[in-house]
Amino acid sequence: MPAVTSEQVESRVIETLASFGPDASQITRDATFEELDIDSLDLVELAQVVEDEYGVVLKGEDMKELKTVGESIDLIVARAE
Amino acid sequence: MSAPQPKRRIVITGIGAVTPLGLGASTLHDRWAAGVCGIADGAGFCRDYEPTEFLSVKEARRLDRVSQLALVASAEAVSDAGWGEELPYDPMRIGCVIGTGIGGIETVEIQHDVMRDRGAKMVSPLGVPQYMPNAPAAAVSMRHRLQGQMYGVVSACSGGAHAIGSALRMIQYGDADAVVCGGAEATLTEFGFACFNAMQALSPTGVSRPFDLRRDGFVMGEGAGVLVLEELSAAQARGATIVGELAGYGSTSDAYHLTAPQPSGEPAARAIELALSDAGVSAGDISYVNAHGTSTQLNDAAETRAIKRALGESAMKIPVSSTKSAIGHLLGAAGAVEAVATIRTLCTKVIAPTLGYEVPDPELDLDYVPGEARPLLASNGHPPVALSNSFAFGGHNVALVLRGAPV
Repeated sequence: MPAVTSEQVESRVIETLASFGPDASQITRDATFEELDIDSLDLVELAQVVEDEYGVVLKGEDMKELKTVGESIDLIVARAE
Repeated sequence: MSAPQPKRRIVITGIGAVTPLGLGASTLHDRWAAGVCGIADGAGFCRDYEPTEFLSVKEARRLDRVSQLALVASAEAVSDAGWGEELPYDPMRIGCVIGTGIGGIETVEIQHDVMRDRGAKMVSPLGVPQYMPNAPAAAVSMRHRLQGQMYGVVSACSGGAHAIGSALRMIQYGDADAVVCGGAEATLTEFGFACFNAMQALSPTGVSRPFDLRRDGFVMGEGAGVLVLEELSAAQARGATIVGELAGYGSTSDAYHLTAPQPSGEPAARAIELALSDAGVSAGDISYVNAHGTSTQLNDAAETRAIKRALGESAMKIPVSSTKSAIGHLLGAAGAVEAVATIRTLCTKVIAPTLGYEVPDPELDLDYVPGEARPLLASNGHPPVALSNSFAFGGHNVALVLRGAPV
């Protein structure tokens, strides 16, 4: 499996989150899920996309700790290595 | 023993509808009365509804079409009632009851395909909140921040009417000061058609012509109808415009067959009698009957018998028309949409016809308002009174008595 770059994950995460409702321009690494009105249901959907694309399994307890977009990207990249 | 307290009078201060005839309660009745039929290609789609005009991206992707339609109708009704950002009552004293026959069937189909194609782990976490039959009620409650009693009502094609009846009792009993109530349905999907077709309930010719000798089944439609109910004195105190009164409610069950109505119409007649008694009116006071009139052989025959049983000699003189001739059968939304159409009938004093009714069935001998609209003849200066019937697979019978606004 080719290595996953942080840039690839970032772009995929932002694209996925934008499809949930928030304006793409608001979705930065520092933006919090709370600010973006991204709730637990959205994060489960994000986890499904991530598992489907990168084979990374994110459980509920993993997601609970995530506060910002950047944290989710870092976690996915770390798990994918 | 003390005498029972008089029932609180419940008025309608706002109405809303999205139907195959377009957006809006007035549009529904105006177009129907003008002879316009919203059915095309054998179904009643809400073609004028465009989700992006009404919903945020987040709302649209989290709500099945059934809940989306409920939101469209409730937004109109709440606005019609003059409720602004600030609700006129304690939010915990405003209820919300929305009926549906089926719920979010499109979501079920989509997520079932996802499971078959990509595995159970890929099924969306939004599946259940989208397809649960209480989703339309939850969506309306969230949109308008209604925090009193809130639930869905599930009784197939009587769902909308049962919701309105439950809302009436909620206010009468003192559990709420106002209730946003109605019904919604969106079953025009491949699986929805397949299931109703398998029952041979749908018209093979794709024509809805209730009470006509040639009727051969119903035409399925989608949409939603919503009413805002308030207690009379509270509505008057806040200076609300009252569009009508929900005067009576009656309901019974056939306990006879899963789908066929009890052929004598006796349990259905009892529901009508209960509603008349609840409203304190007699058969002679009724100026119009908005029939369930599905265009199936069995319903239209049993309903005719029920009307005659309940209304006696008056039945032969009262105009009876079916909204389903113009929009098809909206299942769980039907009772609410038809209550909205009945209120518009009382407001405009125009009775819309049973469209497509041309060949009388010798067994069915009421005045089904053939041809074109006609004036509603009100009785001696009093606000006119009308009856709206809803019957359903499962044997549910509901009758609502509606009265024009107090003069």
